[in-house]
Amino acid sequence: MNTDQRVTPVAMPETAERSEGGAVVFDVSDVSVYYGPFRAVRDVNLQIRRNEITAFIGPSGCGKTTVLRCLNRMNDLIETARVEGRINYHGVDLYGEGINPTEVRRRIGMVFQKPNPFPKSIYDNVAFGPRVAGIKGDMDEIVERSLRRAALWDEVKDRLRSSATGMSGGQQQRLCIARALAVDPEVILMDEPCSALDPIATGRIEDLMDEIKSQYTIVIVTHNMQQAARVSDRCAFFTTEVSEVSDTRTGILVEYDETEKMFSNPEDERTENYVTGRFG
Amino acid sequence: MIHQASREATATDRLRAELCSTGGRHRREQVIRNLLRACAGLSILISFLIVLSLSREAWTFVSQVEWARLVDDGWFPRRGIYDVRTLLAGSVIVAGIAMVVAAPLGLGAAIFLAEYAPPRLRRTLKPLLEVLAGIPSVVLGFFALTWISPEIVQRLRPDSPQFTLMAAGIGVGILTIPLIASIAEDAMRAVPAVLREASYGLGARKITTTVRVVIPAAVSGLVAAFIVAISRAIGETMVVFIAAGATGGSLFTMDPFESGQTMTAAMAAQAAGTDAVRGAALTFQSLFFVGLLLFLITLSLNVVADRFVRRVRQRY
Amino acid sequence: MALVNPATTREAVARQLRGGRADIAGLAFRALLLVALLVTVGILGILILDVWTGGWSVLSERLGSFLTGTLSSRSERAGVFQGIRGSFWIAMFTIVLAFPLGIGAAIYLEEYAPNTRFARVVDVNIRNLAGVPSVVYGILGLTIFVKVLGSFTGGRTVMAAGITLAILVLPIVIITSAEAIRSVPSGLREAGFGVGATRWEVIRHHVLPYAAPGILTGTVLSLARALGEAAPLILVGATTDFLGGGRGSLLDFGQLTERFTALPIIITTWAGRPQTEFRSLTAAAIVVLLVVVLLFNAVAILLRNRYEKRRR
Repeated sequence: MNTDQRVTPVAMPETAERSEGGAVVFDVSDVSVYYGPFRAVRDVNLQIRRNEITAFIGPSGCGKTTVLRCLNRMNDLIETARVEGRINYHGVDLYGEGINPTEVRRRIGMVFQKPNPFPKSIYDNVAFGPRVAGIKGDMDEIVERSLRRAALWDEVKDRLRSSATGMSGGQQQRLCIARALAVDPEVILMDEPCSALDPIATGRIEDLMDEIKSQYTIVIVTHNMQQAARVSDRCAFFTTEVSEVSDTRTGILVEYDETEKMFSNPEDERTENYVTGRFG
Repeated sequence: MIHQASREATATDRLRAELCSTGGRHRREQVIRNLLRACAGLSILISFLIVLSLSREAWTFVSQVEWARLVDDGWFPRRGIYDVRTLLAGSVIVAGIAMVVAAPLGLGAAIFLAEYAPPRLRRTLKPLLEVLAGIPSVVLGFFALTWISPEIVQRLRPDSPQFTLMAAGIGVGILTIPLIASIAEDAMRAVPAVLREASYGLGARKITTTVRVVIPAAVSGLVAAFIVAISRAIGETMVVFIAAGATGGSLFTMDPFESGQTMTAAMAAQAAGTDAVRGAALTFQSLFFVGLLLFLITLSLNVVADRFVRRVRQRY
Repeated sequence: MALVNPATTREAVARQLRGGRADIAGLAFRALLLVALLVTVGILGILILDVWTGGWSVLSERLGSFLTGTLSSRSERAGVFQGIRGSFWIAMFTIVLAFPLGIGAAIYLEEYAPNTRFARVVDVNIRNLAGVPSVVYGILGLTIFVKVLGSFTGGRTVMAAGITLAILVLPIVIITSAEAIRSVPSGLREAGFGVGATRWEVIRHHVLPYAAPGILTGTVLSLARALGEAAPLILVGATTDFLGGGRGSLLDFGQLTERFTALPIIITTWAGRPQTEFRSLTAAAIVVLLVVVLLFNAVAILLRNRYEKRRR
């Protein structure tokens, strides 16, 4: 599929920085996230590159999902959440003044841990995003294209008007992916998308990720190390540090590198312990 | 080099402009948000207006009334006799009788539904309680006059008149049963199952568990139910208006087997009279004075009850 | 000595487990509670029976003329039509005013500003307003809608009464709608936001449809409440004697700014008449009112039960 066939023109500047790999989409610098007085994660520095799959890995509670949700301003929905530091999206500060979170989320989509289709028909699920975004064009075509990209079309093409809640877990999650794809985002964030699914459904979604990687930038949070090793190009390993003073746990980014290197020859001992299964 | 930099700068600016977009649907979003905020703020306006409506004329009354008139015997506003104690006594008597009726019946029903009733029985009986809750007060007023008065009140004290505070009180009590029952039942069901299990695990019987574990744990909610019911009973108008008589005014009485007036019924009686207000000059304002009194009393009761409800929620 | 005889041990244990005496206190307590519940239900039964038998003569003999007749001192001709009309208009005002304003307020409190100071102040306000006696709302109606805004409403009219009652039930609508909105699972909202929808779009397309049954239940209950109130109407000046302009259709908009009456007021007035014929008339009017009010309550309860079952 030709990327030129995006339905809306989305300004996509080429940023000057080019390290090994593609252009930088997100530049996260010195980011800490607070829920009220509690610091959930601190001093995160990493870059997400275009057309790559970046995985956030690490044990529970170390801020992976928190950081992920910062990338599309989903943390705005939590009143006590506060983000310090800077997150640049193609050079634009995502948390800058006047930035509209709705517009951000149209370009940076999200798939959640538990499949959450709308209690509507399959068609209406996929069509909702484009409709509210005012995307012009043949809706039937948009729905079909999104369902095809999500590898779901053949299974549901005869029952587009039936309720989305009648599908299996794996199908529902692929529907959620189709729904996210329908608004033609540049980035797709996935928060443990397979944790509620059986191994076969998981495998299909991993295959899907590999297929669409060339047109989208994907960031995935996963508990499953093997999954990270299978699908991702780059990994960010998080862990928690416990403060003896206040007895709180804060998430930190330990290491961030190409996946192959992370799993075969990590720099940090904590990373090595995690990926070899010694803990976590 | 410079061209590429400036091209990138423009592209970044374009992206930023798109991300900052405030056109079309975003503008509509702001309008809707403000409209909804106004809806929410309306309630504050209403509270303000209520206080204003009551205070202005009540102030006229308070500043102009001869204080001697306030402790004269009886409430006869058209003659300029404003013994508020008569009305207070009436309200207290009616509310008191109502509680004597409603508390045991409401609590008993609530305990049964919460702790003893098998699910099927509960499913049939609870809606009946809700039906009772939906009965308008004028209906209870009529019932109090035509059935409670002859069948109950005049059996208790054969020489009592047809219109009595007792009949009205029983009627108000019946009205209040569903209120007590529902709040009390919620309070008891909010008690965590683990407490009951702990009690049974120690070998206690059901009555012991209910009386010595569940009810003490739910006591805040039960007190709240009771206070809310009293507030409701004091605020009830039509049952008294229809069944307690004395719409022209009444002497001070502490005897429930006599006719009488409450604050609420006095206000209604005042307003239901003919438009031309005869009698002393402050008759009209006395309505507001009583209203303000009533408002303050019920407000205080509700605030206190709310504290108890808050305590229930905090605990669990 | 050899082992204890297992048969006797077994019997002894069984006897212990069965318990020695019957739990009399427990049974008596349970019986007492059941009695409380049954007495309550019984009172309801007696009330309905009493009212039904009282009104039966009127309803069975001349139902039609009763429903279309006007207020009259002649009991054989008196009817409740004007009351039905007044109550109808009050219901209309409630629907048009209280429902959108109340649901809008609930949406703002639950979706746009939860946990803010504004929301807390409004919440306290609403809870207090819900506990204010209905007669005090009557004073509000008298002062503002009859006197101050008299030129707009026409004074002691059904318009003033309708607005007053809409304000009276507003807290109920807000509280029940807020509860329904609160019960919408957050995953649904997140999904909506995730595809780049604005807050209102998420509310309109996902939250409101999901919460609709609960909101509907609340509005139906509040309507039933509005139809049964009499005290505020007395304060606002509902006619308790005779009312001119008797006939005329139900939808006569001209009547909005005229003197009026309503079913509960008619009941109150007739209840005060000493003649025995008015006893049956009052009972018949009560039956009419109860049919409407209890029907609404039943619909609301059914709605709520179906909605709870569906969510499970």
